[in-house]
Amino acid sequence: MALPMTAAFLTGADARTEVPLKRRLKRAERARQIKALALILPLLVFLLFTFAGPIAGMLWRSVGDREVRQVLPQTVAALADWDGKDLPDEKAYAALAGDIMAARASGTIAIAAKRLNYAQNGFRTILTSTARNLKAAPEPGTARETLGKINPAWRERATWTTIRDAGGPVTGFYLLSALDLTRNADGAIVAAPPDQAIYRDIFTRTFLISLSVTVLCLILGFPVAYLLAALPPGRSNLLMIFVLLPFWTSLLVRTCAWIVLLQSKGVVNDSLLWLGIIDEPLRLIYNRFGVCVAMTHVLLPFMILPLYSSMKAISPAYMRAAASLGAPPLTAFLRIYLPQTLPGIGAGSLLVFILALGYYITPALVGGAADQMISYFIALYTTETANWGLASALGAVLLLATILLALVYGKLVQGQQVTGGMKN
Amino acid sequence: MSDNSSLRTPSQRIAWTATIVISTLVFIFLIAPILAIMPLSFSSGSYLTYPLPGVSLRWYDDFINSPRWMNSLKNSMIIGVASTLLSMVLGTLAALGLAQWKSRFKPLVLAFVLSPVVVPGVITAVGLYFFFAPIGLTGSYLGLILAHTALATPFVVITVGATLQSFDTNLARAAASLGASPLDAFRRVILPLILPGVASGALFAFATSFDEVVIVLFMAGPEQRTLPREMFSGIRENISPTITAAAVILTTVSVILLATLEGLRRRNERLKGSSA
Repeated sequence: MALPMTAAFLTGADARTEVPLKRRLKRAERARQIKALALILPLLVFLLFTFAGPIAGMLWRSVGDREVRQVLPQTVAALADWDGKDLPDEKAYAALAGDIMAARASGTIAIAAKRLNYAQNGFRTILTSTARNLKAAPEPGTARETLGKINPAWRERATWTTIRDAGGPVTGFYLLSALDLTRNADGAIVAAPPDQAIYRDIFTRTFLISLSVTVLCLILGFPVAYLLAALPPGRSNLLMIFVLLPFWTSLLVRTCAWIVLLQSKGVVNDSLLWLGIIDEPLRLIYNRFGVCVAMTHVLLPFMILPLYSSMKAISPAYMRAAASLGAPPLTAFLRIYLPQTLPGIGAGSLLVFILALGYYITPALVGGAADQMISYFIALYTTETANWGLASALGAVLLLATILLALVYGKLVQGQQVTGGMKN
Repeated sequence: MSDNSSLRTPSQRIAWTATIVISTLVFIFLIAPILAIMPLSFSSGSYLTYPLPGVSLRWYDDFINSPRWMNSLKNSMIIGVASTLLSMVLGTLAALGLAQWKSRFKPLVLAFVLSPVVVPGVITAVGLYFFFAPIGLTGSYLGLILAHTALATPFVVITVGATLQSFDTNLARAAASLGASPLDAFRRVILPLILPGVASGALFAFATSFDEVVIVLFMAGPEQRTLPREMFSGIRENISPTITAAAVILTTVSVILLATLEGLRRRNERLKGSSA
């Protein structure tokens, strides 16, 4: 075997008969691998364009800061070597006056004003009033005096640090804002002013709603999964329709159904009134209760299916063995059955929690103003107020939380062979 | 556990009864809202309350004669079918490739391919909104089809991948050894065997697109509004019984999809059973 191989190697002979089998197999395998990769590649390229790229772009926006740089380029350049201890020198004032004149001519002043107003409330007025009152470029050497006269804010150091800090090209401003933090004039990270510090509350609310829904799903889903796993296949398949039909029904239909059921003249209130249990309609919707009920309804199948598949895998022999060894039913259930369902409980709970974190449509339709979750604000800042930096930063935080939880879920599912929840 | 003969003690019987009672209540909770909304679409009155003042088809009539609703149904169909076809091709190819690919990066690539299912809809939508707007893909069918394909393809990869797990690769080798060209082998041996997987993947893909509303909210212009998008506005503004008619139509589509999927699953099990 050694001789022909060397010969083939030395002579570089390529004839089929002379190439050893091992190498031919290796070559065939390599060709197979390249072919396999070529089959995956179209999807990867597609997802790069329609999914990964857009999300990377969003993440970039959460740290990008280009508006002020673009509108006030000379000012940003002049402030680059400012020590920030005292007011900047005349050069910076002259640069600002020049930038403002140019921006007024091109109509871009509002872009910078909007961005600076995020960092310092009232900055929009400072900038627009200055633009309005600056009739002509100030004489050399008088820019500081002229601007100070138009708006005394230009005599304050904080006004200038705001411009410098918004000079980009990258900023931590939006990410800090998303966590209710900000930088003070000295560059230290401090708590944001109370009127802007709303996001930790929103994250807490999102977390609490998701947690409540997960717990509700677990409480309601466990007995159902247990029943489905315990029944003979014929009957459990039939009952499975009760789980799968809502699963396949449009989210909008289910949300709409809950509104019809829970509204003040809805089916639930009418029935309770008719039964004499209540005297006046209860407020069941457009509040936290409605959000939790509707979300639990939508997410319950995601809990039942992984629980069911983990329970189905538990051999009844274990329980019989426990019973035959004298364990009372409750002890057997708690010590033999329940521990074996833990992977299913973990997978189902994580899945429901992950999906709940990103909910937008259901809270938007059945919740009140105080029940809106983080996705609502991301959408609001994107389409309504066009504060894209903040929307992206909030999105980045939500994405990070989702990815971390999904990694845990992946480990759990991989370790336990629970196919849980992937819609099949 | 599988039958009542194992329930020997009274406490076990009580526990079992409790399980049945609680489960029944949960089943009612799951199904009742969907059933409750249906009769309202046949109401002759314009309030969404029981008892119905009378039975009529006026709200279906309203739906069919409303250009807004009919256009949205048409849009849902166009976008749903197009993104299903696209995700079938991309997903089946990728699943075939992934089944053969041996690399330590495989789990990573798989996680990436499946990630559109897990990432919150708003994040994908915002990303696409920023990304597609400058290249003119917002307010276009193409943009929505591409976005829905990204969301739907993971399901095709999963279902076809699951079929391939029980697929005997020797069959492909046998075809090759008998002189079939790779294309022939694919068309006449591999494809028929993975077809149930492709079909159920397609159903999931269609359902995903047909039900999707967040991306449509961000990206669709007035021309591309889909049925769920129209329902979203309808629910926000005021719920007219026409919405319940739309809901019944949507649910009918869901039931057809679910029944088809169940049929596929049964057929597959029967085939497996006969070959074993």
